[in-house]
Amino acid sequence: MSLTRLLAVARKEIIQIIRDRRSLGIVIVMPVTLMLLFGYGVNLDLKGMPVYVVDQEGSQQSQDLLKHFQNSEYFHLVRVVSGYPQLTRALDDGRAKMGVVIPWDFSERLRDGRPVQVQALVDASDDNTANVLIGYAQAVVQGYSGERQINWLGRRGLSVQPVAISVQTRTWYNEDLESSAFIIPGVLALVMSVIGAFLTSLTIAREWERGTMEQLISTPVSAMEIMLGKLAPYFVLGIFDTVVGALIAIYWFQVPFRGSFATLMFASAMFMIVVLSLGFFISVLAKSQFAASQIALLITFLPAFLLSGFLFSIEQMPIALQWITRILPARYYVSVLKKIFLKGTPASMLYADLVPLAVFTFVLALLATRSFHKRLE
Amino acid sequence: MPEQANSVVVEKLVKRFGDFVAVDHIDIETRKGEVFGFLGPNGAGKSTTIRMLCGLLRPTSGRAVVAGFDVARDPESVRQNIGYMSQKFSLYNDLKVIENIRLFAGLYSVPAKDLQGRIDWALEMANLKGQENLITGTLPGGWKQRLALGCAVLHKPPVIFLDEPTSGVDPITRRQFWDLIHEMAGEGVTVFVTTHYMEEAEYCNRLALIFRGKIVALGTPSELKRDSMTGQLLLVECEPLGAAVEALQAAPGVMDAAVFGNALHLVVGDAAAAQPQLRSYLETRGISVSRMEQIWPSLEDVFVSLTTASNTAEERKP
Repeated sequence: MSLTRLLAVARKEIIQIIRDRRSLGIVIVMPVTLMLLFGYGVNLDLKGMPVYVVDQEGSQQSQDLLKHFQNSEYFHLVRVVSGYPQLTRALDDGRAKMGVVIPWDFSERLRDGRPVQVQALVDASDDNTANVLIGYAQAVVQGYSGERQINWLGRRGLSVQPVAISVQTRTWYNEDLESSAFIIPGVLALVMSVIGAFLTSLTIAREWERGTMEQLISTPVSAMEIMLGKLAPYFVLGIFDTVVGALIAIYWFQVPFRGSFATLMFASAMFMIVVLSLGFFISVLAKSQFAASQIALLITFLPAFLLSGFLFSIEQMPIALQWITRILPARYYVSVLKKIFLKGTPASMLYADLVPLAVFTFVLALLATRSFHKRLE
Repeated sequence: MPEQANSVVVEKLVKRFGDFVAVDHIDIETRKGEVFGFLGPNGAGKSTTIRMLCGLLRPTSGRAVVAGFDVARDPESVRQNIGYMSQKFSLYNDLKVIENIRLFAGLYSVPAKDLQGRIDWALEMANLKGQENLITGTLPGGWKQRLALGCAVLHKPPVIFLDEPTSGVDPITRRQFWDLIHEMAGEGVTVFVTTHYMEEAEYCNRLALIFRGKIVALGTPSELKRDSMTGQLLLVECEPLGAAVEALQAAPGVMDAAVFGNALHLVVGDAAAAQPQLRSYLETRGISVSRMEQIWPSLEDVFVSLTTASNTAEERKP
């Protein structure tokens, strides 16, 4: 191993990155763009969902119930319409996510102590949203119903013993239940997949495509020196982007950061090696820039996006998919990120994630070094 | 440095790609300070041979020792002692001239104390003084080739391999390029160069003619012209040309007849004896001969003659 040769390759690679507007653009613009995109664009919180109402009775009681809906932050009563046709149209064209229909005998039944049903029509084209809305609607109606029972008992002079059992909730780690706090740390894994795998997947393929590889391998530079020299600049860029991303998360989006920065850097360095090795490996096999970049996106970016637990919780995936996520390095890194940011878990308690990550780092780095030979065949 | 530092020794070298035999049992031995030419049509196996000698392709069988190191067993030592210029321009087009030179100086581990001297020398040689900061991709073809040569010899290798270094370069630049090659050979460097330009082959000290993976002739250009032809060459100017070719191909003692420009080249056993016979042979057939004399064959004649012979031999095989 000669440091002179390794540095010669690294210096060349840096010049090429700086001179190539596209890769420089990806390095600088991409982390910021992804951060802003996911920070502002993706919001899994359901708040102020538009609701249309048909109040067939129009009584004091029906107004009371509607006020309960109005007071909930999850619903926004857009308007009261006169009948089903208008309500259906609002649901059809998406102006309403839910329709509430209060029957004409609402107050009468309440007065007589007979059961009464309020209809909720829910747009279930997104089943997840629908389930959440149904839950919220039931909670609102039950709250109203409980209040009425207490009043009823009180009017009869009975001592009111409010609901005996209640749940005292305190939300930990993400106290404000902001989905951005859950999502943003994981964006770092996406950023690194792009920098690491996508950009490096081009480096070897480009040399083959342009014919420069033949001259390069006719010199005494070793396969290892070529690999390390080419990857070193991208490693530095990846770590730089990680720091930039983390700072945006903490200072711009106010995501809590409770763990140690050193642990974050340690895990990030490992994940960087993983994606760089993958990118290099792909580049060696593909030999064309186009094929290499497509494969890189397919095997690093997409899984990091869909299966890492970054957006969609792994526990809620089908069992088969859950098993597949175990062979994705991004899964462990995303898990580490969330724990470091939100929980402040110390490194000693992250071994369930760090150990698999370390294994992947080692195996893939080895694979990358073995894949490249200084031969034309 | 091993004593055979300047030499290239090749014994029974073979390269197969599947069923295709690209290089078929070739033997070569070069001398110090020699410009050794490798002449042959495209696809004859020139580049494949050179790539094996540079350790870029593994020989299927046989042995090649370059600068004292075996190319199959010790390719890295070979690479430290050779300079290689591939057929396709393969420096970095997006780097500046000086950046390419620095890169290769680094790759060849040129010591720091020699660095500036070598850079200056390379710029001087490539005639690129003052152009250090141009982007390589914007240089004209001839300049690029000179720069590529400069980068390949920054570490003063004892052996240089040049694979068609002048393809696509204008004649003047080509001439300058060959002056450079001879200058380096004059300093004791062995230069191994491939070409398919016949006129360039004349600039080589020795030549190997390669055809279909085999060396069909080897020697100095004049040796080849003298010895490799079976028979002697006659130039005939006559009228009408077409009828003459037809008649001569059937004539006794004529081994081959071909049109070269506005004249005929005949291959005969003994030129002096054949001349009067052929003159009367043609005149009895109503063909007027304006000129007939013995000529020395050009390399092209040699090459055509040898490859025709090789082709015929190939066809006779069962």
